[in-house]
Amino acid sequence: MKLHEYQAKSYFSREGIPVPRSRLATTPAEAKQIAAEIGYPVVLKAQVLVGGRGKAGGILLVKEENDLDPAANAILNSKIKGISVQRILVEKAVNFTQEIYLGITVDRALAQPVIILSASGGVEIEELAIRHPNRIIRTAIDPLLGLQPYMVRAMASQIGLDYALWKPLLQIALSLWNLFKQLDATLVEINPLVITTEKELVALDGKMTIDDNALFRQQDFLELADQSVETPAEQEARKFCLSYVQLSGHIGCLVNGAGLAMATMDCIQQAGGEPANFLDIGGGANADKVQAALRIILSDENVQSVLINIFGGITRCDEVAKGLLSILPENTRNLPIIIRLEGTNAEEGRRMLAQAPNLIVVESLMQAAEMAVHAAESAMV
Amino acid sequence: MVQGITGREGRYHAQRMQEYGHNVVAGTSPGHGGEWVLDGKVPVFDTVEEAKTSTGADTSVVFVPAYYAFDALLESIDAGIQLIVCITEGIPIMDMLKVRRVLAGKECYLVGPNSPGIITPGQAKAGIIPGDIAIPGKVGIVSRSGTLTYEVSLALKRAGIGVSTCVGIGGDPVIGTNFVDCLELFEEDPHTDQVVIVGEIGGNEEEKAAEFVQNEMTKPVYAYIAGKSAPENRRMGHAGAIIEGNTGSAESKITAFTQAGVKVVSFPEEIATLIAAVLKQKGA
Repeated sequence: MKLHEYQAKSYFSREGIPVPRSRLATTPAEAKQIAAEIGYPVVLKAQVLVGGRGKAGGILLVKEENDLDPAANAILNSKIKGISVQRILVEKAVNFTQEIYLGITVDRALAQPVIILSASGGVEIEELAIRHPNRIIRTAIDPLLGLQPYMVRAMASQIGLDYALWKPLLQIALSLWNLFKQLDATLVEINPLVITTEKELVALDGKMTIDDNALFRQQDFLELADQSVETPAEQEARKFCLSYVQLSGHIGCLVNGAGLAMATMDCIQQAGGEPANFLDIGGGANADKVQAALRIILSDENVQSVLINIFGGITRCDEVAKGLLSILPENTRNLPIIIRLEGTNAEEGRRMLAQAPNLIVVESLMQAAEMAVHAAESAMV
Repeated sequence: MVQGITGREGRYHAQRMQEYGHNVVAGTSPGHGGEWVLDGKVPVFDTVEEAKTSTGADTSVVFVPAYYAFDALLESIDAGIQLIVCITEGIPIMDMLKVRRVLAGKECYLVGPNSPGIITPGQAKAGIIPGDIAIPGKVGIVSRSGTLTYEVSLALKRAGIGVSTCVGIGGDPVIGTNFVDCLELFEEDPHTDQVVIVGEIGGNEEEKAAEFVQNEMTKPVYAYIAGKSAPENRRMGHAGAIIEGNTGSAESKITAFTQAGVKVVSFPEEIATLIAAVLKQKGA
């Protein structure tokens, strides 16, 4: 789960990481009031959970009161990568001489947290990672011992940071590690961490991602969750604990198991079609869950045919068939449904489905994919 | 032993394992010590240590819910269990980072978490892999997925090809035993002639496996990679199945395997066709 900049910064503040004065606004009038309180110039920043918001016009510098309304209106009425902006952060503008990158994340290959520091931060960090990876310093952290001061000093020395800033950097790095550990984060990032003209370190931006698996012990975040990046179908799927990702193709798929669901999507692509979604109903799904899953697929207007692929292990095929039969009356567009059942109680499941309308039962996965693609193409002619 | 044997999943699968012929000798469940389960044949202990001392169990299959799994894993590592198979899904990544740190230097294989388990057809099964999807044979399978593995295994069975051992290493971003560990074991295993890797998007374990195959393996290796059609930066069900920036794409993995001389198939059922053809050629 990703946190907004304003949420990350409120955690930064709590841990003593310096951030510019700022407050959240939802209307231009509110923004104006906040700007008057904190003083011009201010920066208006769209709070959306997508990358590249600066380039998309989501960040504007406002030097004086007269310029605030048009800028706030422009951002609040805009959409960034398809997501409408509902909130802006009004923040005191900061003069700086250098942008640094500081972050902590999980290195999957090492199976350790790593702290990352670079003398060049800002928007160029990704470019730098490709062209000059040696200018990005990475140090693995022992998860049992935690981040140690000597590691930060060594990194500060390697990037040639002014000695006067070592102590503030150490404070910030240790605070960042505390947040990473305490909040079960998989990423905490300050980019840029700037050196101001007054020679101080200030966090100008903040990113945090919380481990979804840890939400059971991080109750705070359930309230902070922003569903605006999810489509209504994705929200509906979450209610039923279905793992669903909406895509742009025409063939809906319903599968049990994540690996098999990806393989099913790949087979559709190989057969010349495009999947409309990823959908894993999980292990041991009952009829209700299958019903909810198929309802989500049928309500996607892009969908022209449906491919169901069930390999019963814990999941029982007769239970899946029961769920499907109960939802078929809702297939008002008469979409062709291709179904493949294997494993536990597959024969019983196939027998139950044999007489159902618009339903074709097939044996192999690749054959099922080809039929689904063909059916979708026929429907679109 | 089965950790969490009095839970719904633990009890159900302990039964299935026993029916398959696996020697389930003990279960653990704090507060249930002294009880007997599976028709009164299997004793339940409060701790892993007691279960190990009383029965000599050397393997533990963990069904403990994610909330308690960290503790359960540390308990079995501390008790000196040599093979831990963790079926539990949804363990926080920080817990797994610590578990990996504790495991370092210990002679213990942790398979999973989020693993379907291990099966040696006709002999033993530790976990939830359905017993009837594979017949005994000489193909080793190692996979990050559950049902996709069943798919591959059943396709082999239908082509009359058997499996030596099938290991599900789990779909999480931080796991214990990885592809390379399993390839090492398959290379040494006299019952395995060839190996199938079932990988998916996310991380770089497949790339490391490709390097290992190229440098260390004499047995033929085949691979299937799921997620060619997956978009970037979206998790595809498994916590570990995500393409992040330049890391983890299906293309990168397929290229690595192809360059290492591994034949990569384009859909799961093709594995069986391919191996059947190779076996036929050898026989002829």
